[in-house]
Amino acid sequence: MSIFGTVRVKNGQYKIKGDFHHITPNMPIRNEEDGWKLMGITNPRAMTYMHSYGGEAPFFESISQGKILGTRCDDPDCEFKGTSYIPFRIHCPDCLSKNTIVDFTDICKNTGTIHTFMVCERFGAFNTLEKPIKFINVEFDGISTILMSYLSIGEPEMGLRVVPIFRTRNPTYTITDLSWVAEGVAEEDLPEGFTYG
Amino acid sequence: MIKFSDRQLKTPKLMRPVYLVTAGQSKFDRAIPEKRTEELCVDALTMAARLIDKSPAELKSYIHSCYYGHFADHFGDQLLGEAVIHDRLGLDPLGNIGVKTGGATGGSTLWEAVKTVASGYSDCVLAMGWERMDEVPTDEGNHLISCAADKDWETPLGHIYTGYYAVMAQKYWQVFGKEEESFRRTLAEIAVKHHGYARFNPYAQAPMDITVNDVLNSPVVAYPLRALDCCLMSVGAACAIICDEDTAMKLTHNTKNKPLRIWVAAGSHTLRPACRRDMEIPLLPNESPDQYADLGERFPGGDRYPGFTGFLAARMSAYYGYRMAGIVDPMEDLDVIELHDAFTISDVQTYEDVGLRPYGYGRDYVESGDCYHTNPNTGEPGKLPSNLSGGLIGCMHAVGATGIMQTLEVASHIWNRWAEIHGDQKIWDEFGREKPDDWTDLQVKDAKRALAISHAGVGSHVTATILMDPDHLLKEDA
Repeated sequence: MSIFGTVRVKNGQYKIKGDFHHITPNMPIRNEEDGWKLMGITNPRAMTYMHSYGGEAPFFESISQGKILGTRCDDPDCEFKGTSYIPFRIHCPDCLSKNTIVDFTDICKNTGTIHTFMVCERFGAFNTLEKPIKFINVEFDGISTILMSYLSIGEPEMGLRVVPIFRTRNPTYTITDLSWVAEGVAEEDLPEGFTYG
Repeated sequence: MIKFSDRQLKTPKLMRPVYLVTAGQSKFDRAIPEKRTEELCVDALTMAARLIDKSPAELKSYIHSCYYGHFADHFGDQLLGEAVIHDRLGLDPLGNIGVKTGGATGGSTLWEAVKTVASGYSDCVLAMGWERMDEVPTDEGNHLISCAADKDWETPLGHIYTGYYAVMAQKYWQVFGKEEESFRRTLAEIAVKHHGYARFNPYAQAPMDITVNDVLNSPVVAYPLRALDCCLMSVGAACAIICDEDTAMKLTHNTKNKPLRIWVAAGSHTLRPACRRDMEIPLLPNESPDQYADLGERFPGGDRYPGFTGFLAARMSAYYGYRMAGIVDPMEDLDVIELHDAFTISDVQTYEDVGLRPYGYGRDYVESGDCYHTNPNTGEPGKLPSNLSGGLIGCMHAVGATGIMQTLEVASHIWNRWAEIHGDQKIWDEFGREKPDDWTDLQVKDAKRALAISHAGVGSHVTATILMDPDHLLKEDA
């Protein structure tokens, strides 16, 4: 019987269980306009990777818990000391010292504004978001960078105030656990699994 | 606000003159099931040899090291594809290396090749690029392309690279385009132009005789971008032979190709647009420190640089490249260019990044008619024609080959061989493509200097390749 591959870490090593690949037969590709001669072969590939979030793991844990963590350079010798980052940067891009992890949830809730956006009618394989996807880039007071995310409720426009929502029920532990809605949406109207945190 | 040091902004210098001697390319198409990638690379190298009246074996005997541009291993499901190609081209035991910088891979491959010759390590090198984007269907291909974005912070958001790019297009559309219908039509004109020029190029994948309304009525991909505003997904290969002066003269003796001086400069910027921080605009030689002081007043929202509206990497490739080669004003100093028209709107953004127009006024390059082979407003030659190959929208975007295809295209004008390379009936017949009855010679008369911009994704890497007839240099010690 096939089961999803699962992974845990013990003694600093990955411990795996289940199936990490599935064998599907190769199939010939033939030319119907030339006597069905052989042209090639299909190569099915279904495989599960093990990917480390490393120093960003606190962020991906935090959004499943209704919080947005960012980082800040507190190195007194850095020319750009005090610069704050969302997306989370483990190291300061200027001095490369380890940044301080900061809970920016309140700043995000109180100052999130759409910098730009795009309503995308297409998506690629493995997409899990509803179509059309309302991509938004959100800027925050005091933060030097502009987070890319998606708007779940509301019509995007530049300057629109938005607030974060979190997939706190059955989180995926991916960036899709963080989304945004226009101000004023009732919690019971949020997409399934999402809360205001 | 971030800053760059004087050391970082130093004008690059080649240690000796470097020349483009010849170049070649394969047919480009959405799928080429009848050929393996190595066959396409052989086609490209054979063409390069033919253009200088050499057999492939003769040309190969000059090559000392090889640079292979191939972006997406996962498309072809073949790691170390460079080694496969190198072996099949019969170039052992020469040293070779793979280069990958997203959509700029072709330009970056030339960058490495030029530096190798400039350093004296090799006197003649092969720069070969290719891409095989037909081994998965389009949805899966879109996922694979989206893997070039940040896999944790962006890829899970739709698995569609267009979405990450298009937020920048939207910002430009609203801030600098002011959402004007006239600007939307200007964007459509670019698609009409590029699909139209592709009709005269037998190598091109998407020749179309279309109108502005056809573009405006094509399906929305990500508003305001529609299907006909977007570049192609392609299969194909292209190559260039880069040499020092002595080897260049030997290889081109008694041939139609004059060796062309070549410079390549490169810039970069954050992989995630999200991580862009504010800075002062690095100025090109034709710009002044005060000309952007009121940019935010003229275009509300446009005061944040590069924000989501400029490509810093493109600006820096021009910043370095123009100073290397002595270009002051690209509109005056260049005769023909190829730009990386991934989308019609990013084409306009690039006009500003490389100084064809000041920031905020890119649309004028199209509306003035300057970008056309023949200016539709005047009937006279366009001041600086762009993308006569059809570009990425009309000709191809076989990623690793694109920057090299562009370079061959502009070189063909300086060699005065455009009509021969694009008009030969045998090529049309070989590719199974019909040469149009109104086929037009797009040779730019007396072209002496050219530029090709090779650009990755949301602007993570960009190269500027500059070609000049050596008798028409702009700077003595370039």
